[in-house]
Amino acid sequence: MKNISPRTVIILLVLFGSLLYVLPSFHIDVWPHKKINLGLDLQGGMHLVLEVEAEKAVESTIERMGNDLRREMKTNHIKFADLKRIAFQLHLKVLGNESIDKFNKVLDEDFQEFRIASRKQNDDQLSIILDLPDSDVAEIKKKAAEQALETIRNRIDEFGVSEPDIRRQGERRILVQLPGVKDPRRAKDLIGKTALLEFKLVDDKHSVEDALKKTPPLGTEILYQVVENRQTRRMSKTPYLVEKRTSLTGEYLTDARVNIDSQYNEPYVSIKFDKKGARLFERITETNVQRRLAIVLDNKIHSAPVIQERISGGEARITGSFTHEEAHDLAIVLRAGALPAPVHILEERTVGPSLGKDSIRKGVASMIIGGIFVIIFMVIYYQVAGLIADLALALNIILIAAGLAGFQATLTLPGIAGIILTIGMAVDANVLIFERIREELRVGKSPLAAVDAGYNKATLTILDANVTTLIAAVVLFQFGTGPVKGFAVTLSLGVIASLFTALIVSRQIFDSLLINRQLRSLSI
Amino acid sequence: MQFIQPDINIDFIGKRFIGFSISATLILISLLSLLLHGGPKYGIDFAGGTLIQIKFSDPTTVDTIKDALKPIGITGASIQQYGEASNNEYLVRADMAYKKLEGLSEKVQAALIKSLSVSTETETSEPTSTIENSESASATATTQTVSQEAVEDQTVQPTLPAEVRRIEMVGPQVGKDLRKKALMAMFFALLFITIYISGRFEFKWVVSALMALGLIGGVYFFQKLGISMPFLIVFALILSMVLFWFLRLQYAMGAITALIHDVMITVGIFSIFDKEFTLPIIAALLTIIGYSLNDTIIVFDRIRENSRKLTRDTFDLVINKSINETLSRTILTSLTTLIVVLTLFLFGGGIIHDFAFAMIIGVLIGTYSSIFVASPILLLWKLQK
Repeated sequence: MKNISPRTVIILLVLFGSLLYVLPSFHIDVWPHKKINLGLDLQGGMHLVLEVEAEKAVESTIERMGNDLRREMKTNHIKFADLKRIAFQLHLKVLGNESIDKFNKVLDEDFQEFRIASRKQNDDQLSIILDLPDSDVAEIKKKAAEQALETIRNRIDEFGVSEPDIRRQGERRILVQLPGVKDPRRAKDLIGKTALLEFKLVDDKHSVEDALKKTPPLGTEILYQVVENRQTRRMSKTPYLVEKRTSLTGEYLTDARVNIDSQYNEPYVSIKFDKKGARLFERITETNVQRRLAIVLDNKIHSAPVIQERISGGEARITGSFTHEEAHDLAIVLRAGALPAPVHILEERTVGPSLGKDSIRKGVASMIIGGIFVIIFMVIYYQVAGLIADLALALNIILIAAGLAGFQATLTLPGIAGIILTIGMAVDANVLIFERIREELRVGKSPLAAVDAGYNKATLTILDANVTTLIAAVVLFQFGTGPVKGFAVTLSLGVIASLFTALIVSRQIFDSLLINRQLRSLSI
Repeated sequence: MQFIQPDINIDFIGKRFIGFSISATLILISLLSLLLHGGPKYGIDFAGGTLIQIKFSDPTTVDTIKDALKPIGITGASIQQYGEASNNEYLVRADMAYKKLEGLSEKVQAALIKSLSVSTETETSEPTSTIENSESASATATTQTVSQEAVEDQTVQPTLPAEVRRIEMVGPQVGKDLRKKALMAMFFALLFITIYISGRFEFKWVVSALMALGLIGGVYFFQKLGISMPFLIVFALILSMVLFWFLRLQYAMGAITALIHDVMITVGIFSIFDKEFTLPIIAALLTIIGYSLNDTIIVFDRIRENSRKLTRDTFDLVINKSINETLSRTILTSLTTLIVVLTLFLFGGGIIHDFAFAMIIGVLIGTYSSIFVASPILLLWKLQK
């Protein structure tokens, strides 16, 4: 150990560094504190890809603007007919020359956003189609996706999942990864619920039965209250005839909390409106005493209490036969706000924690078994040189593990397969070198010269061979999702690590054996 | 220790027509099997559908599960035993149209757990951690009837004897996207490899890069015109073969032919065994591409080295000598790689099983193709002269 070469220093530094990165994963807490992340397939959890139905957001925007237009026309005494929304367009007819003049004024002054798609005038009747400029439509869609992401993030944060991963994928897809989630169904309900809270007055003038048989009267619709009997789990559906017009929505909510009813010992959700909401709520309750106000969530009636008196202060409660969990989750979604557009699940992958543990156990077991076979094989075939290759192999695995921790990459089940594959392929570089050295020895070169020539000739070959594998791995990484990406990562790390161990580490061991110890023969 | 004697000299090149006919037969069989099966059998990753893996604490049968699924309208589901019989583990797979898919997994869970709770309610089975089913009935909110079992289920409160270990649901659109992406990945991998090989072995970086860019541009352009992806890629591959020939990119042609050969035969064998294509299998195919190329390049490298050294020998002699010189290494590496994929196949567990199977085929075919397919192709040009 008189003269330590720079190469030895580098090797020792790399070894030391990678050990620092590997140890935290084995519960030995040292400085970098970076553990290997386990993929959802190994630790259990849920992977969801959601699609935001952004068209619905555009439709509801146009619907809302249509309602504004209707109200404005009524206050201005404009005669009109057939106002309806078809896809992204608003169709209507304005009747009478006087009305047309007033309509044009209203349209110019208060509805600048609208684009006139077509306009036909026959005598005193104007048929007009209005829509929104494409840029506005795109903007609404984009906003809907962004807002949906934000809302879902808030809901999950409140639900309490450690290290969730929520991100946009493409224009209108949202990727949600919830590692270790215990109750996937509940989480899915929480994420997928649109949570559009509406208050609608119940129509008492017409009978529900008649409306069910024929079409409901103008301006009303039928909504159902679904109640499940906890004892028998039987569902009962009660139809209600309610006004189509929404009196108040959940957008004015400032808070929602779970409380327990002291009388029936049942949980309910108490909600609080902001100032504007509170004023609206007060006005509604004031003018509709003795009428029923239906509380509608995503087009299902939760309850329809009778308004006993004017309610000021902006507080209300949503009852319904909730379990505590349901009430808790409802409060979360109300607090986080409604999704701007419904979402639906495109892809779901849920792995239970026990399966993940099984996968780790089996993966590690086959890694050890395969590794032992390869190690024994190398020693039998190449003797001392085989031992050197085995040493390089061990270092290789440490390097992969350190790389995973260092880059905070995710280890997945295919990733473990990638490591196992690397064990088989990493010895390839050594095999190439050893076969070359054997060839050189056969020609009659001294061990030192043979090792030198062997490495020189094999280096380029090894580089070429590994670069192509790396190309395949990088393409795989680009294309892959979750588990497959994990495979690409370990495969790439394995290729790079095996280049280092074969070309630098095992070379150094040979050199120090041959030069420092002056070995005359080589056991290869 | 040595398996292959240093002075070995097998006449691989002389026997190349035997190799060609074996390869041609294998490819024909593969194509035939694909034709008979109506294309590759896509797993849910690519076809869309729902897959549920359930572990029961007591032995059950496929028929019991089938009966349990009937009330909720799932009749077309395929149910398979998964792993060893003693595990009581089953895979339920349903190809459901998208709208029906929503909430399907919950319904299956609820139905299975319900029917099983009844059949085992007197036994005290170990409590297993299950995905909650207490609210599962709300998934069927639109149907007003709930079976009688549910009533008993509630009153007896048995421990739940089934554990849902894995759910995978892929909508048809996502499946289609993934299929496209997988094809693109294979295509891009092949093109990049072409550039690298042509550059490294024949210093034709520019020509091959231009060619690859042209192909990518062409595929992109025609795809915009609405021509289907698989067709385009097959066309692009054939076109690149023709281009290799005229641009005299012989090493690239040899390597890529070998790779297509390997992938086709692996796909064919998968089809013969009626195995499904899933995302991990695509990963396996790309690894096979990497591995087979690894092998091919090592032989090519020796050919390049020897053709500089042995200028007096004919090219076919040089190739033969190179294959023989690298034979020992080829066999050894294949052996160590085979050892590990075999352990993976035997001990790696169900999810990785097919992946390991694909790798075993790939390693065998890849080793064979670098000797019998890639190298003899280099001779095509020389024989022309």
